[in-house]
Amino acid sequence: MIELKVNDAQVKELLDDIMRLYGYDFSEYSKASIIRRINRLISLDRFEDFAAFRNHLRRHPDYLKRFIEEVTVNVTEMFRDPLFYNYLRTTVFPEIAMRPFIRIWHAGCATGEEVYSMAILLKESGLLHKSLIYATDINPDVVEKTRSGIFPLIRMREYSENYRMAGGTQDFSSYYTAQYDRVIFRDELKEKMICATHNLVSDGSFNEFQLILCRNVLIYFDRGLQERVLDLFDASLERLGFLALGTKETLKFSGLQQRYKQQQKERIWRKEY
Amino acid sequence: MEKGILVEDLVLIGGSAGSLDVLLQILPALRPDVQAAIILVLHRKATSETVLTQLLKQRTNLPVRDVEEKDRIWPGVIYVSPGDYHLLFESDGTLSLDDSERILYSRPSIDVSFESAAMVYGSRLTCILLSGANADGSEGMLFARKEGAYTIAQTPDSAELPLMPKAAIDNGAAMIEMQPSEILSFLNSRKHL
Repeated sequence: MIELKVNDAQVKELLDDIMRLYGYDFSEYSKASIIRRINRLISLDRFEDFAAFRNHLRRHPDYLKRFIEEVTVNVTEMFRDPLFYNYLRTTVFPEIAMRPFIRIWHAGCATGEEVYSMAILLKESGLLHKSLIYATDINPDVVEKTRSGIFPLIRMREYSENYRMAGGTQDFSSYYTAQYDRVIFRDELKEKMICATHNLVSDGSFNEFQLILCRNVLIYFDRGLQERVLDLFDASLERLGFLALGTKETLKFSGLQQRYKQQQKERIWRKEY
Repeated sequence: MEKGILVEDLVLIGGSAGSLDVLLQILPALRPDVQAAIILVLHRKATSETVLTQLLKQRTNLPVRDVEEKDRIWPGVIYVSPGDYHLLFESDGTLSLDDSERILYSRPSIDVSFESAAMVYGSRLTCILLSGANADGSEGMLFARKEGAYTIAQTPDSAELPLMPKAAIDNGAAMIEMQPSEILSFLNSRKHL
């Protein structure tokens, strides 16, 4: 049974608390999604009502971790949208391959499945040795998961199929070792990864990249925040670098539109100047 | 909440297996001056979305659009929700997409969209549930009914797969059952230009 537990005004109070007490600003996240995630968390963790939930969050700083983990969405998969990865491999990589050094940023990487997909692609294209992949997320727990390279065994059949559709030709299982119900990916894939927390709302640019991927993150932000985050990417991308978004995200309404050229029908844009 | 920026009449249609034929019966016969915004939330493969939109564009008199995130809802437009995302409704009259967990094995989840739309649109909302082989939609429709929405289930005997509308009748979510031709008359009798 779905019950209405929180309304707009209550969500605003809650987000104000979090900003004041803990310094995380969720005020420019899409309201519809935040409301839904908060309702879900209240019922998952069996709070009596909104007031009890709000009190608990105010009084227990350690519960903030749980809040961030459940309110931000961490659903991801390896080689998500395989044709997108195939396009990266066949069309984007040759453009950046001549660089002496390649820096890639996965912003909002969740548990890291797409980061490992990237490392595999780079390895197979002979580029991993001169690449650095920065994997960041607002949530320290998922950053730790990314760092560990441990994923559920049960998903591997699907990922192997995605990998093949993305143009992979190796035996996918050669990239990991299975142990009970989990697999751990090979260390050589991790050697070129830097995993760190980074909050797109409040943290700034920290490097200059040839490729930035931020897929299915902007959908959770309102237009104002989207625009600021895109400016952050713009400031972090070198000229002729590539910006990749999720399949339903676009630069169409942003200030970057003029200077970025969409690559065919892919959700990949190239910075022209 | 500013009500002025929300459309007056929002019709949200959920369906799964067997719903496409019904839609192709109803939507092409809509008056071109219908004022409602019509949004389709259907279970299907993520890859088939543009095909459906193309098909509807060719056959209907109203503009048909694939939903992009943060699109504003306009009256007299048919919106097709994408596969692999939940569709949510913002209080400023725009649409949001969400790629969180599947619900009842479904993304989009019709429950999620009915619930989210009901919170914003209340009595401005009409929910319609068509043919389908699982119970997605019935819980969300029950919630929407309590929030003041008008709720319609396709008559199970007219549905290729009756489970979905039947679930909404059995749990008391649907206020009325309609044949596809009655759904068409209902939509055409709504406010128009």
